[in-house]
Amino acid sequence: MASATPVKYTLVARTLHWLIALGIIGAFAIALYEDDLKFSLLKIKLINYHKWVGLTVLLLAIVRVIWRLTHPAPKAPAHMKPWEKGVAHLTHGLLYLLMFCVPLGGWLYSSAKGFPIVLFGVIPFPALIDKNEAIAHTIKEWHGFGAWTVIILASLHALAALKHHFIDRDDVLKRML
Amino acid sequence: MRNLILASLLAAASAAHATPVDAAKSSVKFVYSQMNVPVEGQFKKFTADVTFDPAKPETGKVSIAIDLSGADAGSGDANQALQLKDWFDTAHYPKTSYATTQLKALGGGRFQAVGQLSLKGRNGALTVPFTARADGNGQWLEGSFPLSRLAWKVGEGDWADTGTVADAVQVKFKLFVPK
Repeated sequence: MASATPVKYTLVARTLHWLIALGIIGAFAIALYEDDLKFSLLKIKLINYHKWVGLTVLLLAIVRVIWRLTHPAPKAPAHMKPWEKGVAHLTHGLLYLLMFCVPLGGWLYSSAKGFPIVLFGVIPFPALIDKNEAIAHTIKEWHGFGAWTVIILASLHALAALKHHFIDRDDVLKRML
Repeated sequence: MRNLILASLLAAASAAHATPVDAAKSSVKFVYSQMNVPVEGQFKKFTADVTFDPAKPETGKVSIAIDLSGADAGSGDANQALQLKDWFDTAHYPKTSYATTQLKALGGGRFQAVGQLSLKGRNGALTVPFTARADGNGQWLEGSFPLSRLAWKVGEGDWADTGTVADAVQVKFKLFVPK
């Protein structure tokens, strides 16, 4: 284990970052599309795919946190002011929190609706709570609210990375590629 | 003459009478598989009449009628779909019913009902295993059996795709017959 802070993120960290990013965007896009659909075979399939992607993100997030705790990330570049570092850390922290809470919320919602999740149609996951329509409705609202927050934060995060790359001309983006 | 009267009285006394089940205590549920996810549903509206003496099952008879407008597959969307032509087509076939023609003991508290199922305009033989258990002021008749939804044309057209909704549906019932 390296004691000096690295210059670039590890291959594992980078892979997890982009896989989770793809998963989050994919899950969001599927949900946005299927929510408007009338009840149909396609809607059922898309809802299940959405759950599969979401649960995968949750599982990857667990691996990611363990990896991050055992493999220090590169330090912020010297030119960043304390408040900028603060905003960056806050955003990343929120994204970490949400990448757990949003899929967990989805899993809870699915449970409360009485539809347990079977990952990829082969691995059954337990229902977290019993079927309850009223609770399900509330969880759905929070799940959706959390999802939109992730997308907004992730967009700001991406814009900040581009700012670092094209305006500051530092290696912040390059470290994650 | 006296023996004849006595014999008739005895026969009348031992002939059981059809008893309506306690619908509030009873249940008819089903489990279906949606992309390998097991989902439980139930039929909320039904009536059933039971004549059953576990000591003499062959004298028994069970008939049940289910109002399909009370079919609940676990979600509002699914329940609305169930009423439509591809599923139960309740506009044409509002009920499904089953009536036994023969009841027999299988031993060990287990019994078998042979009868006719009427569903979505089709009639067919259906054999149902069940157990009978006395309970204070009545008895419980309980059992479960698989049904092929496609054999009864329940879920036609696009919905015939068993990759989304599996063909086999497990029906579970628990009927309370008061004394």
